Amino acid sequence: MSAPVLFDLPGPRARRRIRLATAVGALLVAALVVLVLVRLAGNGQLEAQRWAVLFDPASQVPQALGQALLRTLQVALIGMVLATLLGLLLAVGRLSEHHWVRVVVSTVIEFFRAVPLLVLIFALFFLLPKFGIRLTAFWALVGGLVLYNGAVLGEIFRAGILSVDRGQREAAYGLGMRKTQVMTLVLLPQATRRMLPVLIAQLVVLLKDTSLGFIISFPELLRGARGLVEFFTLQFGNQYTFQLYVAAAVVYIVINLLLSWLARYAEGRTRRSAKTAATTPAELPADVQMGGGGGAVPAGR
Amino acid sequence: MDFVSENADLFVDAFLATLGLSLLAGLLALALGTLLAAMRVSPVPPLRGLATFYVETFRNTPLTVVFFFIIFGLPQIDFVIGFFPGAVLSVGLYTAAFVCEAVRSGINAVAAGQAEAARALGLTFGQSLREVVLPQAFRTVVPPLGNVLIAMVKNTSIAAGFSVSELSSLLPRLVNADAGDLTLVLVGVVVGYMVITLPSALAVNRIERRVAILR
Repeated sequence: MSAPVLFDLPGPRARRRIRLATAVGALLVAALVVLVLVRLAGNGQLEAQRWAVLFDPASQVPQALGQALLRTLQVALIGMVLATLLGLLLAVGRLSEHHWVRVVVSTVIEFFRAVPLLVLIFALFFLLPKFGIRLTAFWALVGGLVLYNGAVLGEIFRAGILSVDRGQREAAYGLGMRKTQVMTLVLLPQATRRMLPVLIAQLVVLLKDTSLGFIISFPELLRGARGLVEFFTLQFGNQYTFQLYVAAAVVYIVINLLLSWLARYAEGRTRRSAKTAATTPAELPADVQMGGGGGAVPAGR
Repeated sequence: MDFVSENADLFVDAFLATLGLSLLAGLLALALGTLLAAMRVSPVPPLRGLATFYVETFRNTPLTVVFFFIIFGLPQIDFVIGFFPGAVLSVGLYTAAFVCEAVRSGINAVAAGQAEAARALGLTFGQSLREVVLPQAFRTVVPPLGNVLIAMVKNTSIAAGFSVSELSSLLPRLVNADAGDLTLVLVGVVVGYMVITLPSALAVNRIERRVAILR
């Protein structure tokens, strides 16, 4: 939103009212915060020593959280690379000239987009062993993430490829390129460039979804925090529980905010870059920032 | 077929839990999300800031972590909440952030002249939002809003990790009980979700066609 459209620039009376509303709003928020703090303090959650444990290397807490974070990032990275490859494959398949390829690939995409991610992970983790294939929690998690995000990315890439100006394809055929060459040398590079912001945004989704590993006991960040909690509870009771969960949540939020900013930065650059001029605005599949099941609107500016 | 008849009750209960969770969380998300969107376009800066803070925080937190705080965190400040209400609250609060973004994109899409005309008529901010802008905004965002809610139905599956016996929880439970045909369980669970999502998608399409406005 540039200039406010819904309201006039406030005059003296409106400014007074806004100041009043500001004060009341601030008071309400402050009251809520104070209530939470008082309750927390009443339960002794605010003692400095309880928070210090998060930063004290002697307690092994920073190391353990760091390792859990590394495992989370590992899952996210491997998942992202494999999902991107699968997505490219599915996108090309869905744009195939052969009817039966299109039908098969479309069905696959629709199926994996329709099933909740957790159900996919459960299926890989609990059902496959009954058919003699035993996956570790790590690969069940990665597998679920790849299947789900691959299907989503497939749709994103397809939209990207379709958004490349038709003249590009026609010129490439006119130069005598073969189908594969047109796709790999002309269409995909331009589509990928355009899809970069969405790809990064999808990484946020994927990173968030790694926390599902918690449910199948894969020691990612959340489970790692939980593990520490259980360990400390044995020794000192649950006095560090709250702090550890807050730490895990803060790490997620910080990383994801950084990635979101990166996506926005990439988007700004792509917009300015002349090399992407040959694209028409594409209808992207509903963005998937909700994770775990697809479909949310692209974030506003 | 014994397996099916023996576990039919289990399936129906799980399906109803997923359905109830989706409906309640959806209502919460719609109400709160619309309120947040109104806050984000309001003339009062702290309200804007508060809503932005809410949306950015929830969008960047995994739903699993939200669940954690609601179910295990709230008791730390003496609010004890059951697993099912906790799941409704978690899914609803999380989805509200996305509903807010959808509604806001709709508000931004309403032609500026509409809001200007409303102001020229002397309508206050609240009036022009309620009477002029929001009704048009909602009409444009039917498809994205529908997508958000359908995604939410799938996200209710995470409640399985937090002791709510909904559809997804059937998989580990029945596998551990080593009961009968497991492929059937998987098919049942998937069909259960589709029974909710497919008609919703159809309804969204139909509503979209009915309320679409030329722009």
